[in-house]
Amino acid sequence: MTDIRGADDWQPTATIETLRARAQLMAKIRAFFAARDVLEVETPILGHGGSTDPHLDSLALEAITPDGHERLWLQTSPEFHMKRLLAVGSGPIFQLARSFRDGEVGRRHNIEFTMLEWYRPGLSLAGLIDECDALIRHVLPIDPGPLRQRRYRDLFRETLDVDPFTTSLAILRQRGAEIGGLSMTDADRDGCLDLLMSFAIEPLLGREGIDVVVDYPASQAALARKHRDPEDGAEVASRFEIYLHGIELANGYDELTDAAEQAVRFADDNRQRQALGKPTVDIDHRLVAALESGMPPASGVALGVDRLIQLALMKDSIAEVMAFPTPRC
Amino acid sequence: MANYSTNEFKGGLKVMLDGDPCNILENEFVKPGKGQAFSRVKLRNLNTGRVWERTFKSGESLEGADVMDLDMEYVYSDGDMWHFMKTDGSFEQYAVDKKAIGDVEKWLKEQAVYTVTLWNDNAIAVSPPNFLELEVVETDPGLKGDTAQGGSKPAKLSSGATVRVPLFINQGEILKIDTRSGEYVSRA
Repeated sequence: MTDIRGADDWQPTATIETLRARAQLMAKIRAFFAARDVLEVETPILGHGGSTDPHLDSLALEAITPDGHERLWLQTSPEFHMKRLLAVGSGPIFQLARSFRDGEVGRRHNIEFTMLEWYRPGLSLAGLIDECDALIRHVLPIDPGPLRQRRYRDLFRETLDVDPFTTSLAILRQRGAEIGGLSMTDADRDGCLDLLMSFAIEPLLGREGIDVVVDYPASQAALARKHRDPEDGAEVASRFEIYLHGIELANGYDELTDAAEQAVRFADDNRQRQALGKPTVDIDHRLVAALESGMPPASGVALGVDRLIQLALMKDSIAEVMAFPTPRC
Repeated sequence: MANYSTNEFKGGLKVMLDGDPCNILENEFVKPGKGQAFSRVKLRNLNTGRVWERTFKSGESLEGADVMDLDMEYVYSDGDMWHFMKTDGSFEQYAVDKKAIGDVEKWLKEQAVYTVTLWNDNAIAVSPPNFLELEVVETDPGLKGDTAQGGSKPAKLSSGATVRVPLFINQGEILKIDTRSGEYVSRA
């Protein structure tokens, strides 16, 4: 032991052998999109606007730009810049982008990570799910098993015997408290659903194949469109998440293209942030302007590359596939 | 004491939970796709030694516990209490009760240095050094020539602990013992 910080933890957490395998997997991902004529793009990590998502915390920094001292935000995903390319007719695009989420460090999280994000103008959400499935099979060395679509609502009914849309908040809080072992008396509906999803449902997903969860509650639409559940007309988000071995791998949307609705969601998010006692985030007005000028209907998905590599190489933690995770950077 | 928020939770942090001082062992960050984050925390209750698993919403906080680990030399036992003395030259002594001494009772050796955990200046736990040199006070006679592999036998040590030792060990010998596993390491 020594008092000099870093003297005993300067070495990488991934072996050179793992980094070599990682490089090969990255090349495979690029080859997949090249074969499908999807254009690789590079957009800035910094932006004048940041993600307003109430449950993501953005990092910001001060920069000296031609406009003087400005606050710039580190992206939580490359979504906003990529949508601005779609709005000028880029066609299908993908990016392997460094993204940043403050406070997120764990076995499956790192503040700085690599996001694979791609957009397909004119492709349906179902079409994009098929493409995700093909990519995952292309990258993984062994067959992950069949793909199953699971409705968010059915998962809650089957696993917990509650309906996420109709069961009373009191009962959701009670189930959350039982399962999480914490007081849920002041939790809202989404807070309860998030807890039940993370603790009771997620660990069961992707055990026999690739599980795709669809039809999320409308309140969790983020930047996705919404549609009606044919069962009873409940509003649901046109969104999917892909799980494999209990790990959430990807999050896809039928992208919101309505500028006015986008502006409303940004403002709502910031109000929610204030209610949670979090700082508000500067809104990306250029994204709203791009949507106003007209973004083609598109589906898009963000996939955590480090997690996919973790699964491909059968590693227990994300740190094992990164040279230097946040605690060692 | 300061308050610590879930993102400051890490192994070794001492916090108050349900009125007891606890040592955080592990903090697992759990977060669904786009939703709220939680911390699943393993803590050791320093009063009872039990390990608790609790979940906290991200951003919740716990009060820090006024817990200190100090090096102290074991001095003597009066039958009810075990007495330790600070090694900083102050000769200040702390009495440790049966509950706080726990299993460590069988690893006590005068003048050896232990880590004594104080909470609000009361001793609540004692941990022995990783290795201790202790005398064999009782064991079957050693087998001559058997210095290689093969077989072990119980030996009672001067501190009261019984450990498995190789067959060649004799009564009166001083052995190096790993107190974490309770295993024989070598002759001292």
